[in-house]
Amino acid sequence: MDYFAQQAINAIQLGSIYALIALGYSMVYGVLVMINFAHGDVFMVSSFFCFLLLLVLPVPFIAALLIVMLATAILGVCIERLAYRPLRNAPRVSAIITALGCGLVIQNTTLSISPYSQRMPELFTPVTWNFAGLTISSLQILIVGISVGLMLALDFFIRKTRYGMAMRAIAQDRVTVPLMGVPVNQVIAVTFAIGAALGGAAGVLYASAYPVISATMGVLVGWKAFVAAVIGGIGNVRGAVLGAYLLGAVEVFTVTVLPSTYRDLVVYTLLLVILIFKPYGLLGRPAVQKV
Amino acid sequence: MSETMLRVEDLVVRYGDIQAVKGISFQVERGEILALVGANGAGKTTTLRALSGMQPCEGSVMLEDRGLRGLSPDEILRLGLSHVPEGRGIFGGLTVMENLQLGAWIRRDKAARTRDLGMVMDIFPRLRERATQLAGTLSGGEQQMLAVGRALMSKAKILILDEPSMGLAPKLVQEIFSVIRQLNEKGTTILLVEQNANMALRLAHRACLLETGNLVLEGPASELLTNPRVREAYLGAG
Repeated sequence: MDYFAQQAINAIQLGSIYALIALGYSMVYGVLVMINFAHGDVFMVSSFFCFLLLLVLPVPFIAALLIVMLATAILGVCIERLAYRPLRNAPRVSAIITALGCGLVIQNTTLSISPYSQRMPELFTPVTWNFAGLTISSLQILIVGISVGLMLALDFFIRKTRYGMAMRAIAQDRVTVPLMGVPVNQVIAVTFAIGAALGGAAGVLYASAYPVISATMGVLVGWKAFVAAVIGGIGNVRGAVLGAYLLGAVEVFTVTVLPSTYRDLVVYTLLLVILIFKPYGLLGRPAVQKV
Repeated sequence: MSETMLRVEDLVVRYGDIQAVKGISFQVERGEILALVGANGAGKTTTLRALSGMQPCEGSVMLEDRGLRGLSPDEILRLGLSHVPEGRGIFGGLTVMENLQLGAWIRRDKAARTRDLGMVMDIFPRLRERATQLAGTLSGGEQQMLAVGRALMSKAKILILDEPSMGLAPKLVQEIFSVIRQLNEKGTTILLVEQNANMALRLAHRACLLETGNLVLEGPASELLTNPRVREAYLGAG
């Protein structure tokens, strides 16, 4: 029993990190109906930003988090501006290929600078507590706390602010929004900035929890977060969070009962089964076709 | 003495190789209602889309002394032209209140915005009752009222309305048209596109008749209403 409770804590930690990344996929899909396949690599490169920052300047954890989020947001906006915006009205497949290409450029640039995995310096000295047979570290609490805080902030932003309202409007009808006087490009840039910043936060948190970082880690983690967004219903922000925690739980508990090599098999089977019964994901709704 | 609000000269709109609007010219005077009437496919909606920047065009479009051609829809709205598109363009997943707030996006004067929100809700009391409801749950007539109300929130100099009667029961059409008349009496300049030529010509001061991308008749609305050619083709009277 204690063992399962312990694993539940690990599942929440992993799910939180997936959720932060999944939100970036889902938000961008929501406004552009496009899958930003570079997002996993943006997440990866953010952990390298953090690594470099700490090499140069050993700042405290929260400062590192904020600086990396800002740097990653700028990267996200640049990717949108340089690679995606010129293709906004091009065939969908061109945008997908471009996104994959951006991801590969980021990944290989990182690989050329850092061919080997890097050991992340400790950002933070965790304290562990034992009670009722459970071990909880302050790092786990920090990861979950920061993730949930960012998710609540995002939820507030989307529901209550001007730009959040414009994002929801663009998700519904991109053609009509400019008639309201809304500068669509600016709103899309803000969407990319926020999505990337959340990915950047995930990069810092991931690197603190699993402190070996490599140029290819964005592929695996990024795909998982993408799967989480699809399971939840891509384009739906709350769905992305639900999908991420579900996925984190499935991954962690699979390994408690089956050999760890079964983990991804179970995850992707789950994806397929959910999509058979809920083709738009758990909270997704079919897009309304306009004529 | 009237003053020109919107002057359109030699407007051409192409879809690929096809000319949908073939060089039309007209103007809307300050304070009037100008109706563009014509059959399906005459180029009415295309003309409006060109004016509000949704569709590239050739020719000249002047709002007072500012050229609009080549500007984006949000820039054009900032200059004072508000377009209520065909099919209303309501954001069904946003509340009625949010739709209205979105209409006032370009305005920073919070106090005036709140006042205008009250004004719009006085014109359309149904919107006040349903302010917190999702706009997608409104009936067709209520959605049309929301679309017009939302356009009013931008405080535009000229309102262009594309088929406000579309899909509405006759009683609601009457209601919408009487609101358009009231708005105009309060000083809003209106460019109205309608397939319901009978209603449109009774409401408008002046009218233009479009046929397959050409402007074939222009004059006081009352004259078009009695014109035999118009009566035969659009008003169902032989």
